[in-house]
Amino acid sequence: MGMLADMFAGHHKECDDLFAAAEAAAQDGAWDKAAPLWERYAAAMERHLSTEEGVLFPAFEDASGMRGGPTQVMRMEHTQMRGLLQQAGQAVAARDADGFGGACETLNILMQQHNMKEENILYPMCDRAVGSNAALVQQLREKLGK
Amino acid sequence: MIGALSFEQAPPLWVPLRFFLTAPWFLCAAGLLLAVDGAHVVAGGRWGPGAVAAVHLVTAGYMLQVMAGALLQFMPVAAGANVWRPRLTGGVAHAGFTAGGAALVAGFLWVGVPALQAATVLMGGAGAFYVVVLARGLAASPAIGPTLRGLRFAVFGLAVTVALGVALASVFGFGVALPLAELVPVHAAWGLAGWALTLLAAVAWLVVPMFQLTPPYPPRFAFAFPLAVCGVVLGWTAAVFLRTPAVAIAVAAAGTLVVGAFGGATLRLQGQRKRRVTDATLECWRAGMAALCAAAVLFPIPLAVTDAALRGRLEWLAGVLVLGAFVAVIQGMLHKIVPFLVWLHLRSVMAVPPTMQKVLPDARARPQSRLLLASILVLALAAAWPPLAHLGGVLLAVAAAWGGALLVGAARFHHRLAQSPSASPDDTGRSAR
Repeated sequence: MGMLADMFAGHHKECDDLFAAAEAAAQDGAWDKAAPLWERYAAAMERHLSTEEGVLFPAFEDASGMRGGPTQVMRMEHTQMRGLLQQAGQAVAARDADGFGGACETLNILMQQHNMKEENILYPMCDRAVGSNAALVQQLREKLGK
Repeated sequence: MIGALSFEQAPPLWVPLRFFLTAPWFLCAAGLLLAVDGAHVVAGGRWGPGAVAAVHLVTAGYMLQVMAGALLQFMPVAAGANVWRPRLTGGVAHAGFTAGGAALVAGFLWVGVPALQAATVLMGGAGAFYVVVLARGLAASPAIGPTLRGLRFAVFGLAVTVALGVALASVFGFGVALPLAELVPVHAAWGLAGWALTLLAAVAWLVVPMFQLTPPYPPRFAFAFPLAVCGVVLGWTAAVFLRTPAVAIAVAAAGTLVVGAFGGATLRLQGQRKRRVTDATLECWRAGMAALCAAAVLFPIPLAVTDAALRGRLEWLAGVLVLGAFVAVIQGMLHKIVPFLVWLHLRSVMAVPPTMQKVLPDARARPQSRLLLASILVLALAAAWPPLAHLGGVLLAVAAAWGGALLVGAARFHHRLAQSPSASPDDTGRSAR
């Protein structure tokens, strides 16, 4: 795996762990535990999405000349994920187990199929296009907090 | 190559959905056939017309429909492989597989030569067209990973299965002289292992970790698996045509190891999942993998049994377990994929579409899938007491029709909200029950 693919796929895993922990706490009815876990998860997700949109994708688009296509679809899915993150966040605040479970299930599939496309297709393309740019890699590392 | 990558999220909903909505009725027909004639089918062995018809209702009817429809959805998303004109491809494949599957079974049961001639042309034509479209998409994919590799092996397996199926149907339909006794077990091996199992595994590499957040399959295992399956199927082909029973038993034992390793690895990973939530999909996967492991153990045994009646019973048991494994996993996947697709497509007409649980709540999916699993268990037990096949058939028919009704409900849910996005999802949910 290339350096960028490694870094971003690793951050996906960290987000997954927080997601699973928050979901498990809510399933146990431990809302006092679930709420801060969800906040940490949502913050990590936002950091991930905004790093891609603000730094990685523009660098890839400049280097490859591909402005439509893959990055555009990824941005659209980011919007969809933010909608579900918000829905689930509201359900946590309201201690609505069914609403939270429903939003989590949908978010999980959307997020995982999104990650799959990034890890199998887009990140390797990014590695080939901009993976050798040390300054960019450092900037991405700092933004992701890795 | 990269320029050809559209990265589209999904073809229109109707493209995969028409396959999913058709498939359960083939499974229901298999159930009805066994409900009426079950004990006779068990006693008649795998060469009896009832058994051949039932097997093809499940494989060329149910399994092929769902797999063909799901691949049109899965290829662009999972493998970055574009499908040529998905609406046209889906329409042609769906029409050919539906009419061809029905003609094939009608030919086996009642109509004879004319229906088998029609089935040869329809299944052969649609199958060849579908294989070519998929192979072109997979050849141009820029993706990496074991799933793409698995899909390439699976499509090759489908091509061989269709070619052998056309050859076999030509024996009955057009009087072509071919070695029937050898072609049948080879066609079955390519269909069940070279195509269906290889595809199931390629999908599993992605969806098993994805649905429950399990660790990934070991990369070397995922890389080697399609090659190992292909090796076993080629070995089986050689053993059958060379008429070397000892080699056939050895190859079947190798099949036990390969298939058992996949089933065992999947169960082990699911045992290590991070998500604690369980649902109908997880239950179906676990039951299916357990059935697959049990079937794998049985593979070589009938080959070593000389008593014809006992061998027939063992073949029935192994057959029910293998087909039951696919049917269970496919049902579990449908319970997840269809609500997700409905959500995804509603997203284009609504800012906040109802979540998957509103489209098809687990409380409705789970009793249906448990009845389906019970029907498979009862049909397996019919190996010991054949009259149980009647009960198993009734249960299978009811579970399949129930599954079909749930999917129709999900499609209606989408239709209503897509027509009037301001309608209350709860009202739509009630009407979809």
